[in-house]
Amino acid sequence: MELIKLPWHWSVAGVIIGLTVPALLLLGNKKFGISSSLRHICAACLPANIPFFKYNWKKEIWNLFFVAGIAIGAFIAVNFFQNPNEVQVAEATRQALSEYGIQDYTRMLPADLFNWDNLFTWKGFIFFIVGGFLVGFGTRYAGGCTSGHSIMGLSTLQWPSLVATICFMVGGFVSTNLLMPFIFQWVK
Amino acid sequence: MRHTDAMCTNESELQHPWWHNFKYLAVGIIFGITFVKAEVISWFRIQEMFRLHAFHMYGVIGTAVVVGAISVWLIKYFKLRTLYGEPVHFEDKKFDKGVIYGGLIFGIGWAITGACPGPLFAQIGGGFSVVAVTLLSAIAGTWTYGALRDRLPH
Repeated sequence: MELIKLPWHWSVAGVIIGLTVPALLLLGNKKFGISSSLRHICAACLPANIPFFKYNWKKEIWNLFFVAGIAIGAFIAVNFFQNPNEVQVAEATRQALSEYGIQDYTRMLPADLFNWDNLFTWKGFIFFIVGGFLVGFGTRYAGGCTSGHSIMGLSTLQWPSLVATICFMVGGFVSTNLLMPFIFQWVK
Repeated sequence: MRHTDAMCTNESELQHPWWHNFKYLAVGIIFGITFVKAEVISWFRIQEMFRLHAFHMYGVIGTAVVVGAISVWLIKYFKLRTLYGEPVHFEDKKFDKGVIYGGLIFGIGWAITGACPGPLFAQIGGGFSVVAVTLLSAIAGTWTYGALRDRLPH
């Protein structure tokens, strides 16, 4: 029981995530991809006569079952197999983040940032509203996210997915190392 | 990811009763547990990755790609069929400039939220209810892309 509560090694997680690719293919020819679920939600809730959302989303409903499963799985892991210790973070990252006033390492997201009190502040605006919007807009523009491009796409040796993955990483490096110092200075 | 360029994502397939979808729920549950246990949903892990301070996330994604690629190769080599006896289809991904522009935009958002779309669902399930706002905003972002699609460079 103690073993299951400790964080898993990256190789264990990598193998399980990698096996999701054949699992979905063999269960019913489903292509591993998560950002599509956001498109299906748009098509289901507010298609607004936009051609991009006019398709029979019910045929893609497996994807919504899959993401619902992700939320349930996370609920199970957090409530029953939670690591009692602080989250693991590299010392260098800790030092860099302490300059931004991030002190709380009790949970996987810093409670200093991710709480409801911040929702109507500039912090909340940047980290929830702007961040979320960029994720939803960018993944659909790119035609996929880390799962669809970086894992499914690279597994099937698709060169556009390699380009996408490189762009994800470039965007992330720029965001973390160049934009974030400004953002934190601004929202402090 | 499917059908980057298609307006309609449906494809011919067998018809099943809706409850057959529960098997995808089960795969999702295993996936969600893994996300939490390997701290893939941790905002801190994403910060580490983009600061090159730890190998963890590179290890997770790299291993997943290798395991995925070997699995796909095995499926092709042995011509494995689905649970329902259909041949497994693979599609080529089309390239357009959206892959570059969208990829960069997503990367910027990924570092800020500490989550790609999968971990968003896991963070909510894991008790960070405020991430529901992030998810709603991501849905709004996808909707905005759909509305502006014809006017954006591709």
